[in-house]
Order: sequence, then C-alpha cells, then structure tokens
Amino acid sequence: MAQKQLPKEFYKSMEELQAVDFVILELTLYLDTHPNDEQAIQQFNHMTQVKQHLMYQVEQYYGPLQQFGNSYSGSPWNWKDAPWPWQI
Amino acid sequence: MDSFTVRKHYYPYVSPFDPCRPMQVKQYVTPPNLYINYQPPNLPQFTPREALRAGTLWKAFYDPYVSPYKQRE
Amino acid sequence: MWIYEKKLQYPVKVSQCNPMLAKFLIEQYGGADGELAAALRYLNQRYTLPDKVIGLLTDIGTEEFAHLEMIATMIYKLTKDATPEQLKEAGIGDHYASHDKALFYHDASGVPWSASYIQAKGDPIADLYEDIAAEEKARATYQWIIDMSDDPDINDSLAFLREREIVHAQRFKEAVEMLKEDQGKQKYF
Repeated sequence: MAQKQLPKEFYKSMEELQAVDFVILELTLYLDTHPNDEQAIQQFNHMTQVKQHLMYQVEQYYGPLQQFGNSYSGSPWNWKDAPWPWQI
Repeated sequence: MDSFTVRKHYYPYVSPFDPCRPMQVKQYVTPPNLYINYQPPNLPQFTPREALRAGTLWKAFYDPYVSPYKQRE
Repeated sequence: MWIYEKKLQYPVKVSQCNPMLAKFLIEQYGGADGELAAALRYLNQRYTLPDKVIGLLTDIGTEEFAHLEMIATMIYKLTKDATPEQLKEAGIGDHYASHDKALFYHDASGVPWSASYIQAKGDPIADLYEDIAAEEKARATYQWIIDMSDDPDINDSLAFLREREIVHAQRFKEAVEMLKEDQGKQKYF
C-alpha cells in the first residue's frame, strides 16, 4: 500500500517551525498583557516574517499547513492527504 | 523580583499506627508565577528551540518538575 | 472563526507501547481540569469579560485546543496497535467495550465530561480567579501523571504541557492586575 513517506528534512523543518510558532505564541500572550512593549512588538513582527519562510519550507514536503486561503493548494487537492499531525 | 524557591517541604505527623512506611518529608510546588507579580519587560529569553523544549520563552518561568518519588528511590 | 493548522504545537513522541498511560492521560482529555474543559471555559467566559482581557482569553483558549490535540496524539499512539488483550491488562477494557479505540471525553475513571466542571460567573474577578485555579489544578494533574509514568518521551511532552500551565496562570494573574488598575496607569511590580 502506497503511503506518503516524509523525509528526514521534513521533521527538522517542522520542528524549526514549531519553535518559531512557539515564540510567536509566547509573545502573543505576553503582549496581551503588555501592549506597550515596543521591543516585544518588534520581535513579534520579525518572528512572523521568519514563520512565513519556514511554512513555505515545510509545505514543500508536507503540503498545505492551513486552509481558508492561508496556504496554496497543490494539484490534485492535497489538503486532505495523510499523514495528519497525530499520525506522523 | 526577589529570589525565591519553587519547592517547599513539611513534616507530617507520624503515628506508630500508620500502615505504610512513613514519608517523613512531603513536598509541594510553589511555581515562579507566584513570585513574579507583573512580568517586567526585557526578561532574559531562551532561543526559539530551547523555548519550545522548556515550554516557556522566558527563563524566569522555567520550572522543571522531577517526581519527588523518583528522587527518593 | 478558527483556522486549523496541520501541525502539533510540540513534537510529541511516544516510544513505548504502554496503554496503561493512556488510561491516566485521558484525565487531561475529558477530565474536570483537562484541556477540553480549559478551552471551553475560556472561550465561553470571554464574551462577557471587559474588552482589555478578551484577547488573552481568546488566545489561551485557542492554545488549549492545541494541547487537547497533543493529549489525543499520545493516547492515539499508545493504543493504536495494542491488542484487546493488552488493553484489558492495562485496565482499559471497560473503555474498549464501549468505544473500541475511539477517544472519548471522559476522565481517568471513565466519568464523561460535564459542563458543570466549568463556570462563567459574569463577574470578571470571579472568572479570572477560577481560571488561575484551573491552571494550577491542571499543573498538579500533570505532576501526578509524571509521577506515575516512566516513559521519558511521554514525560517530555507532559513537562511541556505542565510548564504552559505556569505561563497561563501568570497571564491570568496579570489580567486581574489590569482590571484592578486605575484608569490610564501602567505599572510593573
């Protein structure tokens, strides 16, 4: 049975994305209670840029990470393709 | 932010009739969030990868938990 | 609306086939202080809280769903290839009898999730104090599960989740401070 095999590089890129997304999340919660911290806002905007780049990298191996217009589709439609996050 | 400890200990009463081997010392957790009232700006951060592993971006909140039962063994 | 991202918040690894741990982990799936309760609590309270803390409850509530997915992943991996015999030995034969390996929102003793686990009082201080308590209770639950688990990979993910409770409790405390604050004053302590 043919199933998608993810290369080693995928796991590496995915973990990099998880790390950057985690920093973004932590800054988000921090800024929710510290809305005037300019330095944190700058860091947030910078990490958001880095995220775009990493998302693109992960999607090369894995297909779209998000739906509703946040990721481009391959052809045929590959959003619904396994593996899902709890399977990998 | 003054220095603080994140584990506290107490010594429960030991009765001669306690059925299990007495635990002389019991521990409870007093995590860093009890001591850092309103997070001040510019606290030292972990790198993104370290932060993911630690579960927090800020070193001041990092409180690794080791089971006291496993420490005892 | 919400947007799903096809990625776990944290790289969950499970190395040992130990379905017994799934029995304990489900406490944080459908238990009183579990991730489902947390997500639903915050995302429901937010409608009637003062504007300046709605963002925080929205973001923490959303993160709780990512934690729910991590717990689900651990349970899924621990049980997916276990035989009914192994599940019986692990003490989850009663779960299997009703659900096969499907996940279900119940606690470690099999009690189904209930909305009575969470509160929405409409009083901002009462609600935020409940949220702080919920985070500390979830932290404690993670500690007790770590005490019983000897799988280093599971404990790694649980340590992450436990640490998140600490950060969330901190932010909820700051939210209380924001609501205590006199208008126009920004103060660090």
